[in-house]
Amino acid sequence: MTGNTPTTNAITIRDLVVDYGPRRILNGINLDVPHGQIMVIMGQSGAGKSTLLRCILGLKKPTSGSIQMLGTDIATASRKEIYKARKQIGVAFQGGALFSSMSVAENIQLALHEHTDLDEKTIQIMTRIKLDMVNLLEAENLMPSELSGGMAKRAALARAIIMDPKLLFFDEPSSGLDPSTAAELDQLILTLKKGMGITIVVVTHELDSIFKIADHIAVMKDGNLILTGTPQEIIDSTNPEIQGMLNRKPRETIVDTDAHLRRLTGDF
Amino acid sequence: MASIAKHVESLGAYCITAMEQTGRTFNMLLQVLWELLHPPYRFYPIVRQMYFIGARSLTLIIVSGVTIGMVLGLQFYNILQRFGSVELLGAGVALGVIRELGPVMTALMVVGRAGSSITAELGIMRITEQVDALECMAISPDKFLIAPKVVAGLLSVPLLTMVFDFVALFGGYFVGVKMFGVAEGSYWNGMTDAVEWQDVRLGLEKSFVFGVLVTLICCSRGFYMHLTKAGSQGAEGVSSATTDAVVLSSIAVLFSDFLIGALA
Ligand SMILES: Nc1ncnc2c1ncn2[C@@H]1O[C@H](COP(=O)(O)OP(=O)(O)O)[C@@H](O)[C@H]1O
Ligand SMILES: [Mg+2]
Repeated sequence: MTGNTPTTNAITIRDLVVDYGPRRILNGINLDVPHGQIMVIMGQSGAGKSTLLRCILGLKKPTSGSIQMLGTDIATASRKEIYKARKQIGVAFQGGALFSSMSVAENIQLALHEHTDLDEKTIQIMTRIKLDMVNLLEAENLMPSELSGGMAKRAALARAIIMDPKLLFFDEPSSGLDPSTAAELDQLILTLKKGMGITIVVVTHELDSIFKIADHIAVMKDGNLILTGTPQEIIDSTNPEIQGMLNRKPRETIVDTDAHLRRLTGDF
Repeated sequence: MASIAKHVESLGAYCITAMEQTGRTFNMLLQVLWELLHPPYRFYPIVRQMYFIGARSLTLIIVSGVTIGMVLGLQFYNILQRFGSVELLGAGVALGVIRELGPVMTALMVVGRAGSSITAELGIMRITEQVDALECMAISPDKFLIAPKVVAGLLSVPLLTMVFDFVALFGGYFVGVKMFGVAEGSYWNGMTDAVEWQDVRLGLEKSFVFGVLVTLICCSRGFYMHLTKAGSQGAEGVSSATTDAVVLSSIAVLFSDFLIGALA
């Protein structure tokens, strides 16, 4: 039942549970991503953000629950259906994941070569347009190993938008970047939403960029979604966890010192 | 008692892992066949992989081919001389090389040079999410990454085997004729008289099988690295997967060599 039911959401996730071996990583996630908006998923590292993304993308089969992406139920769809849905999305991975044996331009062109019959000249022009958007024209003929971290992330973004996707995923766009490059990327993400109407899911924990780009924020902690809402709702939240994240306070101070000492010495 | 139980347990775990890996490799073969039957058909990636395998291994194949030919020439000459039948030298070298040493040595060289780098390449692509990126672009990694390598293995190993055979015969010629003074005519004529089509065919069949076996094992070790213990060990995992792939495919070559020889 990969229904054609019209929905206002690009992504609908219900009761998603995911395990790696015996470990429960996602513990019953419910999430709606509306069309044409930017959803930011935030949370400490290890909270399960990338795992959630991998499930939506069909790279990891969930233990239970359902994931609708652009009308396809990713958890139960056949390989063919998943591939069909994937032709409408773009993904920029955390580390860039550029193909190391291809130049930047070849990386960006690959999907065009594989999925369209466009001639070489058109492909080249389209590549340059996207490279220009991410401000990376001069790197066209460089190999991925010759790029800095920020350049690799921008190249990955150019590759992700080459097919003009309806839905874009971006895992940690600004982590490890200098503030001005990060701000540039934020600006670019906003342009993509406004100019091309793309629905965008961004995973990040950079507070500055979260409040600059987000229409909706989902806060994760230890495999649970503890709050979803607009930026204002997140700021107004009285949840101490969220206030802790927003104020960058260190972990709550340890109350039971004896128990903690025993945990450290391994003497249970 | 506890330690015996532990050993039995780890033996069992080992067997399960081995079976899983065999299953995955076989599954990969099926995937590749399926992809090869479906369009689009692309030849350039196959040519590129053949160049890659050939260019990596050619020098090694030539050097080892000449050397093996010379060694065989030397040994056969010493043995045949005892029985006063050095005119059989050409036949001995040719049969040994074409039926046995050519395919096996070539396959082992390809394992060491190209096979190991196939595993390393795919392993790195896996741990840096390049394989996932390919999946997300709706490009089948089986078609894009694996199939060209397996087909290239199927075609290159026989071609390299022919090169090996050819230079090995000249290695034997050099030792027998030029060093020990065996009559040139008896070397080449003995060879052409003794070697029959079925010998050539056996050698070819072997090299086709080795080509597919080696590339499949090396591909599956790298591509499925995330499903093994090596998957969580980063760069170190890549190097241990590579070592495993080399050992495993060498054993597979030797064992299947015996099987084919026994069945032929
Ligand atoms: N391939 C894997 N095998 C086992 N555990 C994993 C794997 N990938 C992630 N995990 C675990 O899942 C949890 C969430 O990881 P991840 O989704 O990468 O977090 P985040 O992206 O929020 O930092 C972590 O505790 C991590 O150890
Ligand atoms: Mg992550």
